[in-house]
Amino acid sequence: MDSAPLKILMFGWEFPPFNSGGLGVACQGLAGGLASLGAQITFVLPKKLAGDYRGICEFVFADEQKEYRQLAETIAIDSPLSPYLSRASYSTALGGYEKIADSGIWRKDLVGEVMRYAELAAGIAKNRDFDVIHCHDWLSLPAGLAAKKASGKPLVFHVHATEYDRVGENGLNRDICLVEREGLRQADAVIAVSDYTKNLIIDRYGVNPDKIISVPNAVNHDEFLAGNAAEFENLKKSGKKIALFVGRLTFQKGPDYFLAAAKKAAAADPDLMFVFSGSGDMERWLIEESARLEIADKVIFAGFSRGDDLKRLYKMADIYVMPSVSEPFGLTSLEALASGAPILVSRQSGVARMVSHCLKVDFWDVDQIAAKIVAAARYSELRQTLRDNGLAEVKKFNWIDSARKCFGVYQKVITS
Amino acid sequence: MPAICLYLHTHQPRRLRNFSVFDIGCEGDYFDHEKNRQILEKVARKSYLPANRMFFDLVRRSRGRFKLSLSITGILLEQLEAEFPDVLKSFKDLVDTGCCELVSETYYHSLASIYSKKEFKRQVELQNQKLKNLFGVEAKFFRNTELVYNNSIADAVNEMGFSGILAEGWDEILDWRSPNFVYTAKGNSLRLLVRNYRLSDDVGFRFSNRGWKEWPLTAEKYANWVNLLNINSGAQTVNLFMDYETFGEHQWEDTGIFNFFEDFCWRTLASPANEFTTPSRLVEKFMPAGELDFWRLVSWADTERDLSAWNGNKMQEAALQKIYELEPLVVLADDDDLTHEWRKLQTSDHFYYMCTKWFSDGDVHKYFSPYESPYEAFIGFMNIYNDFKIKLENKLKIKNQTKVNQ
Repeated sequence: MDSAPLKILMFGWEFPPFNSGGLGVACQGLAGGLASLGAQITFVLPKKLAGDYRGICEFVFADEQKEYRQLAETIAIDSPLSPYLSRASYSTALGGYEKIADSGIWRKDLVGEVMRYAELAAGIAKNRDFDVIHCHDWLSLPAGLAAKKASGKPLVFHVHATEYDRVGENGLNRDICLVEREGLRQADAVIAVSDYTKNLIIDRYGVNPDKIISVPNAVNHDEFLAGNAAEFENLKKSGKKIALFVGRLTFQKGPDYFLAAAKKAAAADPDLMFVFSGSGDMERWLIEESARLEIADKVIFAGFSRGDDLKRLYKMADIYVMPSVSEPFGLTSLEALASGAPILVSRQSGVARMVSHCLKVDFWDVDQIAAKIVAAARYSELRQTLRDNGLAEVKKFNWIDSARKCFGVYQKVITS
Repeated sequence: MPAICLYLHTHQPRRLRNFSVFDIGCEGDYFDHEKNRQILEKVARKSYLPANRMFFDLVRRSRGRFKLSLSITGILLEQLEAEFPDVLKSFKDLVDTGCCELVSETYYHSLASIYSKKEFKRQVELQNQKLKNLFGVEAKFFRNTELVYNNSIADAVNEMGFSGILAEGWDEILDWRSPNFVYTAKGNSLRLLVRNYRLSDDVGFRFSNRGWKEWPLTAEKYANWVNLLNINSGAQTVNLFMDYETFGEHQWEDTGIFNFFEDFCWRTLASPANEFTTPSRLVEKFMPAGELDFWRLVSWADTERDLSAWNGNKMQEAALQKIYELEPLVVLADDDDLTHEWRKLQTSDHFYYMCTKWFSDGDVHKYFSPYESPYEAFIGFMNIYNDFKIKLENKLKIKNQTKVNQ
C-alpha cells in the first residue's frame, strides 16, 4: 500500500447485532477487511434518532496471522431507512414514529426519504477529505451519487442485490429499477457480490461488463467454528434430524419451496424436523400453509435469530437449505459451512458457482430439494464428507482477500 | 531398442440412472441404458473402430511383426455383443490375427480383490469363460482392476493358474530397479511385468498437453527415448500400459494421436532388430531379473498410486463396505439376475465418481464423471443399494416361504 492511507467515504448499513439480514454482516466484514489493510473509513449510516450523531467505531478484525484494530469515524444520519425496505414496509416501519414524521424531518414515502438522505449525504461529502466513495445497494445509491456530485470524487457502487433478485420479474418497482439503472450508469465502477450478479447486471441493466468486478463475500471462520448445539439437544437425542432454513421469509429466499419440500421429505422420513429462522412478509402464510399441509408438528418457526442463537442453529443442522429464487451471494450458506453444517443451495445463487462441496438444486425442483434433504438425513457419511470438505473449502472466503480486490477497484477509479 | 510391450485396457462402466430416495422400494431399473448406449456409440466411433483399424493394418502390413495385448471387461463385451456387434467383430478380427494377446481381469471391473477373494475368483472365472466363448482364447496373463496389486493378490492370481500379471512400476516398490525387465511376484513363480509409467503417460496423459515442455511429441522423439533405455541400461522391454481410449477418446483424433502412433510403430519396425511383443512372448524369451516385493497396495491411479481415488473418503468406504456386505445374501438368494445386478454395482467407476480429492480444482476425475458432484454420485448409488437390498430381502423371504411350504 502507499504510505498515505486511502480514505473511503462509505455509505453503509447498521452492523450486527442491529442488522436485519446479510447486508449489515457483509458491510461490517468488508469494512473490517479494508481497515485491516490500512484504509481510513468514514462510515455513514442511517439511524432512527433525533439529530446528527457522530462517533468512533472500532473495527477489530482477526485473521490467522494477527489481530487488527482500526478506528473508523461513523456518522449517523437520522433516518428510518434500513435495508430490504419496500414502499409498503417503509410505511409500516414508520408506524411507531409517526409523530416524528409529522414533525417534518422524515419523509412519508420511501423514495422521498431516500432522496432526503441523499441531500444530507451531499452535505457530509462537501466538508470532508476522502479519495473514493463506496455505497451499498440502491437505498444508499442516491446518497453516493449526491456525494460524487458534491465532491467530484469517484463512486464505487457495490451491488448486493438488485430489484430483480428481491421481487422477481413480476413485482418490479419501476422507481427502484430507475434508481439502480441510473446508479449503475453513473458509478465509476460496480462491484458485484458474485458472477451470478455480475451477469444479471449485464443482462438486465445493460451495463458494460468491463465496469463490473466480482468480489465475493466472506465469513469470519473462528466466529462460527466455536460453540455447540445446545439448542434442540433433546430433539436431536431422540433421533430427530433437522433441516434448517435461515433467511428473511420473503419471495426472494424461497421459503415456500422449502415448506413444499418439507411436506414430501417428512413423508419419506418421519424423523425429519424443519426449522425456519427468520421473519418476513410470508411468515403468516407459511404458518398457515404448514397447518394446511398437516406438517405443523414437523415445522418450527424460530423467529429472527442472531449471534449465538444463530450459531447454535447452524451447529445442530443436519442439512442447511437455501432454496433462494434469486440469490446474489448467499452469505448464510457460508456461515453454515463455517459452522460445519452440510449445505444444499439453489443453483440460482452466487455461492452455487463458487462452492464445490455442497448439494445443489434448482429452486423450483421441490422433488429434488426433498430428495436431497432425505438423503442427507439418511446417509451420515454424506453429511460427514460434506462437512469435512466444506469446512476446508470455506476457508477460501476471507474478508481480507475481498478487501484487497476492492482496493484494486479503488486504485483503478482514482487514477483514471 | 528394447522390445515394446503395448497393453491396452478397454472398459466402459454401466452408468446408473438418476435414482431418487423416493424411488427406493419401487424396484425400478438401475442402469441408464440410453446414456450407456450413446456413450459407447461415441467411444466406438471415435476410438475403438478407428484404433482397431489402425492396429489391424499395422499387423497386416508388418506381416505380424506388430503385436499388442488387450483386456476388455466382461461388461463391455456384453454390451458390444448386444448392441454393437460390428465393434465386437473388429476386436475379434484383431485377436484372430494371432498378434493380439488377450489379458484376463475381473469381469465387472471391480475391486473384489480387496473386499472378497472368493468373489474376486468368481469374477475372474467369468471373464476367462467370456474370453473363451467369444474369442476362443485361454488367457494366460492377468491384470487387476486399475492395476491394483500387492503380494496377496499375486498369490490369489497364481492359485488361479495364470502365468503372469501386470502391475504399476512404481518407484516406491522398484527402488533402484528398472521397470524394463521381467520379474516374479514375491514368494511364487508368477511372472510380473511392471508399467513404465513415464513413457506410458507421455502418450496416455501428456500427449496433447500444450503446457508440457516436450509438446508436441513427435514419433521421432519418442522412438529416441525408447531407444535410449536400451543403450543406457540394457532394458529388455518397455511396458507401455494405458487405456485403450487413449486413442481417439482421451486424446482426440485432432491431437494427432493416431498419426503419431502409427509413425512411431513404422519407425520402430523399420529396423529388423526391433520388435513388438506381448506379455506371454516376453516371459518366454526373458528370465526374471528378480523378485518384486509389493508390500503395499499399488494402483496406476493419481500421484499417490494407491486406492484413495476409490476408497479415500467416508462415502466411498461406506458404499464399498455396504455392497460387499451383501455377498452372503446374494449367494443365498442364488438368483442369476440379482447376482448380475449386484456385480454390476461393484464396478469400480461407481466409487471413483464419489472421489472428493481435488474435486474443487475441476480435474480429471470430473471429466470422467457423469455426475454433477461426488455427493450426487454417492446419493444415487446408495439409493440404488437400498432398493437392491429390499429386492434381495424380498427374494429371500419368498424363497424361505416356498421352502416352508414344501
